[in-house]
Amino acid sequence: MNLQIQINEQENKSIIHLSGEIDVYTAPKLKEALLPLTKEKDTIIEANLEHVSYMDSTGLGVFINALKLSKEYESKLRLVNLQERVFRLFQITGLHEIMDIHSTIRGVDG
Amino acid sequence: MDTKDLDARNYTELLKGYVKTRDERALYGAEQISKTFIKNNILPEEIVNLHIQALLEIYPELHDKIQSSMNFLLEAMISYGLAHQEYQILREKQFEIKSEIHVAARMQKMLLQSNIPKLEDIDLGIISVPANQMNGDYHHVVKGKDGSISIAIADIIGKGIPAALSMSMIKYALDSFPENIMSTDAILASLNRVVERNIDPSMFITMFYAQYKPDTGKFYYSSAGHEPGFFYHSKENSFTEIEAKGLVLGVNPDTTYLQYEQEIVKGDMIILLTDGVTECRKGEQFIEREEVLEVIRTFMHLPAQEIVNQVYRYFERLQNFQLRDDFTLAILKKVV
Repeated sequence: MNLQIQINEQENKSIIHLSGEIDVYTAPKLKEALLPLTKEKDTIIEANLEHVSYMDSTGLGVFINALKLSKEYESKLRLVNLQERVFRLFQITGLHEIMDIHSTIRGVDG
Repeated sequence: MDTKDLDARNYTELLKGYVKTRDERALYGAEQISKTFIKNNILPEEIVNLHIQALLEIYPELHDKIQSSMNFLLEAMISYGLAHQEYQILREKQFEIKSEIHVAARMQKMLLQSNIPKLEDIDLGIISVPANQMNGDYHHVVKGKDGSISIAIADIIGKGIPAALSMSMIKYALDSFPENIMSTDAILASLNRVVERNIDPSMFITMFYAQYKPDTGKFYYSSAGHEPGFFYHSKENSFTEIEAKGLVLGVNPDTTYLQYEQEIVKGDMIILLTDGVTECRKGEQFIEREEVLEVIRTFMHLPAQEIVNQVYRYFERLQNFQLRDDFTLAILKKVV
C-alpha cells in the first residue's frame, strides 16, 4: 500500500491531504512533505487524514516532529478527520491531549 | 595448467563436440562450465574472448568478417563485465554490514537481561522477540530488598539500529535511579527528561512502569503512552484493561505522570505487552485485542513463563512465522 500526498496552499494556511497507509516505508515521504510546511511563521497546517486507513508509530513520530517544529517556528499544526483506528494511536500515546485534533470519523476503509 | 587454462580447454572441447554432433550432453556441459566461470569471477568479455580463441582453433580458416563481428561482441560485453564487478563488491559490502549488525544485535542481547528474578509471591514470565535482528522493545526487572519488584516495558519508536542505541540510554538511566524508593510517576518524569534531551525529534519511547509491593499487596503503575495491558481478576474470572493516562517519553520536557494503584489477590494476573502483540495480522486483517485475551485464557493454568511462551508460539504460527513488529509479553501471577 502506498501513501498519496496532495498539498493545497492558501494564504496563511496549507492543507495536506493524505491517503493510504503511513508506515515505516511511507513515513519518509510524509516527513519530506510535511516538515517544511511547519517552518512558516503564523501559518496553519491542516493535515486531513480522512483516507488514511493505517498508521504505525513511525507515522506518529513524523507528526511529533512536525509538532515540535511548529512550536519552534510559531506555526499551528492541526489534524482533521481521523479514522477510529488511527485516532486510537493518538489516544494511547497521550498525544491527543497536546495536539490539535478535530473531528474523528468512523473507519471507512476498514 | 591453472584452472583458467583448464576451463578454456574444456570449453574448446565442448564447443568442438557440439558443433560436430549437436549432442545435448555438450549443452549440459556448457551449463556446468558457466557455473565454474561465475564461481571463478570470469567476466563476460573474457568468455567471448575464449569463444573467439576456440573458434580460431577449430576453424583456422575462420571467415574474416565473422572474426571481426566477434570482436565487436567483445566490446559490447565490457559494460556487463563492469556491472558484474560492481555486483561482487556490493555483495562483499553487504556481508560486512550483515556481520556488523550481527555484532550489534549480540551486544543488545546483553543489555536485555535474560535472568528473571525469582520471587516468593509473584510468578513472573517474560518473552521478547525482535521482528528483525535488532529489538525495538525493552524490558527491565529489578527486585528490591523488601521483596518488591519493579518492571518496565518499553517500545522504542524508530526501527533498527537507532532504536537499539537508545535502548542503552534507557537502561543506564534506569540503572542510575534509586528505583525502589521512587514512585512510578517520578521515574517516568525523570526518564522523560533524559530521553527528550537525547533523541531525534521524530523518535519517541512508550513505557509502562510498575511496582509491586508485598507489604501493601498493591500494584503501583504509570504509563507513558504505552499500549495498555490487562488485569485478570480471579474472583470475577474476568479481564479489564489497565487504564493509565500519560504522554509518550521524549516529546515535552515538562511532562508529568500519574501513579495509579490496584490491589491484587492470590490468582490475579497482570498482563503487560507491546503493540507487536496486539497488532498481529491474520492475512491482511488485524486481530482484535480480545483475541489476545482468549489465547491467554487458554494457557493461564500454566506457570507464567509457559503462558507467555505458548501465547507467542500461537501468534507466531498465526502470522506464518513472520513477525511484523517486535513482540514482548510479560505476565505477573500472584501465587500466594
